[in-house]
Amino acid sequence: MTVIAEYGQWFVLLACLFGFFMAWGVGANDVANAMGTSVGSRALTVKQAIIIAMVFEFAGAYLAGGEVTGTIRKGIIDANVMAGSPELLIYGMMSSLLAAAIWLVIASMMGWPVSTTHTIVGAIVGFAAVGIGVEYVQWGKVTSIVMSWVVSPVLAGTLAFFIFRSVHKLILNTDDPFGNAKRFVPGYMFLTAFMITMVTFTKGLKHVGVGLSFGESVLISVAVSFAVMLLGIALLKRVKIDEEADRHFRFASVEKVFAILMIFTACAMAFAHGSNDVANAVGPLAAIINVVANQGNILAESAMPAWVLLLGGGGIVVGLATFGYKVMGTIGRKITELTPSRGFAAELAAATTVVLASGTGLPISTTHTLVGAVLGVGMARGISALNLRVVGTIFASWIVTLPAGAFLAIIFFFMFKGIFG
Amino acid sequence: MAADSPLMALFGRSPVKPMQEHMQKAHACVVRLIDFYDVAATGDYQAAEAIRQDIAKLEGEADRMKKDIRMHLPNSLFMPVPRSDLLELLTHQDKLANRAKDIAGVMLGREMTIPNPIQPLMREYLESSINTSQKAADALAELDELFETGFSSREIKLVSGLLNDLDDQEHRADELEIRVRRALRAVEKDYPPIDVMFLYRVIELIGDLADVAQRVGSRLQILLAR
Repeated sequence: MTVIAEYGQWFVLLACLFGFFMAWGVGANDVANAMGTSVGSRALTVKQAIIIAMVFEFAGAYLAGGEVTGTIRKGIIDANVMAGSPELLIYGMMSSLLAAAIWLVIASMMGWPVSTTHTIVGAIVGFAAVGIGVEYVQWGKVTSIVMSWVVSPVLAGTLAFFIFRSVHKLILNTDDPFGNAKRFVPGYMFLTAFMITMVTFTKGLKHVGVGLSFGESVLISVAVSFAVMLLGIALLKRVKIDEEADRHFRFASVEKVFAILMIFTACAMAFAHGSNDVANAVGPLAAIINVVANQGNILAESAMPAWVLLLGGGGIVVGLATFGYKVMGTIGRKITELTPSRGFAAELAAATTVVLASGTGLPISTTHTLVGAVLGVGMARGISALNLRVVGTIFASWIVTLPAGAFLAIIFFFMFKGIFG
Repeated sequence: MAADSPLMALFGRSPVKPMQEHMQKAHACVVRLIDFYDVAATGDYQAAEAIRQDIAKLEGEADRMKKDIRMHLPNSLFMPVPRSDLLELLTHQDKLANRAKDIAGVMLGREMTIPNPIQPLMREYLESSINTSQKAADALAELDELFETGFSSREIKLVSGLLNDLDDQEHRADELEIRVRRALRAVEKDYPPIDVMFLYRVIELIGDLADVAQRVGSRLQILLAR
């Protein structure tokens, strides 16, 4: 107890620093994966993508990031049994942040594909199981998180498959693809907006202090989505048939309609990413603040201060502003085979999956979900060449990332324990 | 700190545009044959040599494109069409360029004179064969639309129509071949036998060219059938 009274402010300051650094890393690196599909398909320029990402990542983090943050904060470790020695939780969460940050820097420099989510979860489970005791880990919750890593790409792939089949049936395989694109694309816009607002209103807003009943949520979601759709229709009005481009490739004008749709799905993607990934950075921070603020009493039910989410969102924005431009440009240049009619299907499927996971409090990997979604479009004969070796790389990154995060966290945990007693 | 994102590694290079470019190159080779023939028919084999070199150059370029496409189609790629079918199609496209080079080569090597009585018919025959290649190129120009629509039934119908045109054109070339042979047979006694033998050989090669073009079409048909 005395440790916390003595060093409490320092712990919070350090944790804020580490958490901000993690959020910066997410903004600099991970966001580019979420938005790279839009840049690659030329639906957005890098600059536009950065601006959209800044606004919607922040909104997603603040408005819908609460559930996942809660899971990281108190879902993996059984906080009640730790009431006797709260300082261990502080050491552990600090080591997790440090371990994840260092591992991500190393992996990035080596060019290894890693996931922020997997690193932080591995780190927390690692310090808790080895440093404190295997029985303090809520294995049921951990199992469901690990399961969600398998389920999320599969779910996104399935959704993407059916979304692209519907595009095929309603638009591409018709006599007038351009006319039908203009007719049906607003429907997809409505769907995108509805899915995002619905999860936000039912699951997210209670962390910012707004409580709505389910009926109210549905009503407001429909109203907001309708407004979004009207905006979309207004934008679509400006898309005209480009006969010059169509002579070369008959679907050039149709793709232009989808490019407008992709602006909307890109917003959804950024929002979804913010709602899930910011938790990796601020979840441990929230746990530390909670312990210090309550003078060592670990209260599982206590509310999380909203400024923690703001800090995470801010970190992402700074990361985007400093490094995001370069990384997004790199990824965008590599992903040129994804046309807007495919890119939107992948983004809509991935964003839906990620937002649903955010609503349920499951920390998942946005990148892996997006890979699953793209494969789903490929299964629907939508993409001319996909490299299936990536699936193996993803498995490898799970196997490497979890122990690495855990190992580093354990080392730092005993280090902090040694320093502060 | 740009890690190699799995998303970046996910996308292979699409073979669609390179396949179409290769077909255009191969067809460009074939089209030059008519210029070659017109010059050769006047007996000016110095000018014909220049055109043959042009054809050989185009053929070399097509060959390099073919190799490049193969290099970028590892068997770990997942595509909407079987990789082997795509490679077959590519092989046949490339044969078009080879045939064009062969025809120019034989004619130049023999400094062949085309008997006056069959000259107009011969030209018509060659044109018809080149047209067959044109029809194959037309069908292949739809390859990007096929991939874009995810092989929609409408697009497949459209391409099937183009492939029917191709078959008709090949049939016309076939009929012309018979007429050319007959016409040559009527006058063959008036010319040196060895020259006539090689003339028959060129007629055969021109028929072969139309045949290869048709085979490009049938490979495309196999790609569609699923």
